[in-house]
Order: sequence, then C-alpha cells, then structure tokens
Amino acid sequence: MNIIVCVKQVPDTTAVKIDPVKHTLIREGVPSIMNPDDKGGLELALELKDKVGAKVTVITMGPPQADLVLREALAMGADRAILLTDRAFAGADTLATSNALAGALKVLDYDLVITGRQAIDGDTAQVGPEMAEHLGLPQVSYVVDCEYNGENKFTVKKETEDGYEILEVEGPALFTVLASGYKARYMNVALIVDAFDKEVEIWPASKLDISPEKLGLKGSPTKVMKAFTKETKPAGQLYELEPEQAVDVIIEKLKEKFII
Amino acid sequence: MNKADYKGVYVFVEQRDGQIQSVALELLGKARVLADKLGENVVAFYPGYKNAESAKELIAWGADKVVLIDAPELKDYITEQYSQAMSQAIDHYKPSIVLLGATTIGRDLGPRLASRLETGLTADCTGLDISEDRDLMMTRPAFGGNLMATILCSEHRPQMSTVRPGVMQKGTRDASRVGEIENFTPSFDPSKFKVKLVKAVKEEKGKIDITEAKILVSGGRGVANSEGFAKLQALADVVGGVVSSSRAMVDAGVMPHEVQVGQTGKTVRPDLYMACGISGAIQHLAGMEESDFIVAINKDKFAPIFGVADVGIVGDVHKIVPMLTEKLSKLMAAKK
Repeated sequence: MNIIVCVKQVPDTTAVKIDPVKHTLIREGVPSIMNPDDKGGLELALELKDKVGAKVTVITMGPPQADLVLREALAMGADRAILLTDRAFAGADTLATSNALAGALKVLDYDLVITGRQAIDGDTAQVGPEMAEHLGLPQVSYVVDCEYNGENKFTVKKETEDGYEILEVEGPALFTVLASGYKARYMNVALIVDAFDKEVEIWPASKLDISPEKLGLKGSPTKVMKAFTKETKPAGQLYELEPEQAVDVIIEKLKEKFII
Repeated sequence: MNKADYKGVYVFVEQRDGQIQSVALELLGKARVLADKLGENVVAFYPGYKNAESAKELIAWGADKVVLIDAPELKDYITEQYSQAMSQAIDHYKPSIVLLGATTIGRDLGPRLASRLETGLTADCTGLDISEDRDLMMTRPAFGGNLMATILCSEHRPQMSTVRPGVMQKGTRDASRVGEIENFTPSFDPSKFKVKLVKAVKEEKGKIDITEAKILVSGGRGVANSEGFAKLQALADVVGGVVSSSRAMVDAGVMPHEVQVGQTGKTVRPDLYMACGISGAIQHLAGMEESDFIVAINKDKFAPIFGVADVGIVGDVHKIVPMLTEKLSKLMAAKK
C-alpha cells in the first residue's frame, strides 16, 4: 500500500504572545513544530505500515526550513519525503494550497491520502477536503480510528459532536485525522541519524500537475483585508430568574452548543 | 463569471434525524440582517429525506424561500451525496452568499463544495458584514485565537463561510411570516458513492483529568461543603463531566489539590465550564477564561465571574444545581 501523509510546519500557537503596545504577534522565539493533527495522521500511516506493510511518503508545502518536519517524519519511520517550495506558492489560501498539494499527488502513486484535521495556526480544516475534491477521492474527516480490511477497503471511526460514526470506505480515499485518536510515536534513535542522511526531495511548482494560475496569491479566492488583535471577551448575558426558568435557560444554551 | 448573476443570502440548513439544528436558525437570523442590507432574499437550502413538514419553520425563522431537497440519498449526512445535491442546487440558484454551520457536517461539506465550485470559503467566522462594495466581510480568529482577520472573496461567487454554533443570534420566530417552498431534485451519480454509514452512535462524554475533561462542573465557596460538592458530582455524572474546584475549597480541605483550577492550580479549557458558587478571583479566571463556553451560577450579581461567563445565572447553586441535574437526567434518558 502506498500512503501519502500531508504535514505542515506550524508555530506553536500556545507560545505565541501579543505585543501589548503594538498589538502585533511576537513571533521571535516561538518554536516551530509538526502540526499535532498531522502528526496523528502520520502515526496512523505508520501503524498501517507496521500492520499490513506500506510505503509512507510525507509531503509538505512551505519555506526551505520546513525540511525539519520532514526529517522528523523520516525519523519516526516515514520512507520518503517531499518538500514543495517555490515563490509561486506564496500567499496561498486554503484552495490554492489544496491545488498545489493535489498537483503534487497527481504525479505520485497512492492508495490512501492522510492529512490532519486542521492546523493550529489557521484552524480551518479545509485543505484536506478541498484536496480530496480535486483528486476525486472519497473523504472521511475527523477520523480517530481506522482498520484496513484488505482489497482497498477501510473501516473508519469518525468523531462527531455527540458520539461517533462507523463508516466503510472503498479506497483510494482521503482521511483527515484527529491527534486525539493517534498518540504519535517518538523518533527512533537509529532513524534520527538516517533522517539527516536521507534525501528530502525539493519540488518546485514546475514539477506539479497544476496550472500556475491556480497557485499562490493568484490562485486564492479569499484575501485578507485586515488583521487585528482580539478585543477582550464581552460579558455574556446575565439572567435573574426563578430557579425553574434559570434551569431552562441553561439547558437551552447547552443544546445550542451541542454540549448535550 | 458575472458577479451580477449571483444574488441572495443562502443558508445550508443542517438537520440530524430530521431535527433542524439550532445553528441553522442562528444562520437564518444573520442571513436576514445581511440580506436586508443588500436588499436581497434569504433562502434556505434544506436537504434531507421526508422533512417537508418542518420547512415552514424556516420561513418563520426568517427565510423568504425554502429550497427543499428531498431524497432518500440525503437521509443521513454523507459527504459525496450531500456534495452532489448541494453543488447542483448552487449551480442552479446562483447564490451570492452561502452560510453553513461550523459543525462536523458543515466543516466537512463546506470545503468539498468550495473546491467543486472553485470559490473561497472562510471557516469559523465570528463576524459577518457587508462592505461598501457589497461584498461579504468575514471575520475570524487565527493563530489560536491570538489574532483576528477580516477576509474578502470579492472575485468569486458564491462567497462561502462557516459559523460555529452559538456565535450568531437567532431572529424572532414569526409563524405568520409568508414565504415560498420550492422543490429541487438533484440527479445523483451513485458510482461516486464510496462511503457507507454502518452506524452512528451517541455516547456520553467525560474524562478524569480536569485538564482533559470536556465538561467541568466547578465549585467554590458558595458550594460550602462536601454535601454541596455531592450535588455537583451528581450533575457532572449526568452530563459526563468532571468536578473541579476553586482554591477556597481546596484550602478548606473540602477538595483535593489536583482538581484545583487557577493560577496555583491547573489551567483548563473545556468545552463547558460551569462555575457554581465561584466569585471569580483574577487567579481563578486566569485558569479557566479560555474555556469554550462558561456558565456561572452565583448569588452575587456583581461577582467578577459574570464578566467572563457566556451565561450568568444570579441564584442559589443549592437550588439550581439539583433541579438542573434532575431535568438533564430526564432529557438524557429520553435520548437513549
């Protein structure tokens, strides 16, 4: 089985601080990490490799230093690493990003494509499903468990607001994975050494099966008009009611939020 | 693409087991505001199976027209079936704006549709407005909520966005509102149906570690003693949550330190934080204000906890918590 895992290098958003005077993000000193959901997806791929045998290719789009997350993936057990890096990719929104990744996948062989559910710097959860559409693949998002049944058939568990679904999928397919479903393994010491000897393939835009107008800023239908720091959270609504009515208010709000 | 051909503010109405989800009504409320600014119509796309009966509800909640997409293929949500139906409906009706709930359904369907239609999609918007150029201004948090961004999709149609449940306000239900209900019949291509729903399971949520818990029922001085905390535990059991505590109750020896929330305890960020009888000292707030949804119950209407609460209830926890527990346990039992 050929599995492709898409990963992203992200700033550790839990370490991002706001400059209190200029109201801008302080990025200096913020560590870059492999996006947690992507790491969960890589773990799923490596577990399938352990169980049924697979060749695992990791791919990322980013600046040259994104090479680091690919080496981490190799040290965890991935077999091949590809870095899509080109000025033509700059300024991409989710659609243009999905175009670039799908353009790379079109020149590769795969039976299963795995992405994280969402990246912690954007939280959009869009690139996976958008790629699946470009590639004409069935998708399952929010995957927390996956069994391979042979003959390109999978049984997956998808997390929902109030429980889960069990789905049968005929591959090739694309799954977006939750970090909570797959606790990633540590890098293997022997593989760490190998990881720095192995080649990370560098692919420019010209190597992809996609027209250049669909990449980067040019290929992005959405544009950021302005960015600003968040105002402090406004207080919610205050209710002074009889206990019975107060209980009804609470229950109604919990229902709205899918908590109950 | 000619932008002028695209008109109207459309809402994807999410139903589960035939139940219209609250987020859809919230989107209709927002769509009404946006459509009135544009001088255009609010239209509800209502896909499902045998739900025609409830379509008029959508008119009562603000839709001028309901496009009923009724087919056995659409009984349960599955990506491809819904994508085929919705993309055909969008091609046919040419909406200027399409809003979806940012649920596990909307966040699965939205990007699939945007990609099929080659347009932009903005996720988890917290603000929507109309610009001077009549484009949709979509505001959303980025960088883990540290930054907000306003996004435009001015050269493509439809302009699409998802909105989390509870973010927008519903309008006022008016059963006398008039609107039309129209049927749309998609033509499905079953050769693309590669995913089969085997079963959908509803389960109670909850974990032990308070930093891992999705629901925390937290008690403070107002809970007073271990009998009081037993009431919180009963509530937590019903909602699949975990009991935590303010520092006051830990210092008093009522609760153990490992369940203490706050600067000298743990920082928590559950889906729901229920602050019961907690006044909300700044050190406590620092440990829980990032929770997704905060319900506070306190006798003192000037308690600082109400400053961070999404829902504040002025009242006695010893009365409200047991009543809430009883009512919720009946609700939960009815669900099973």
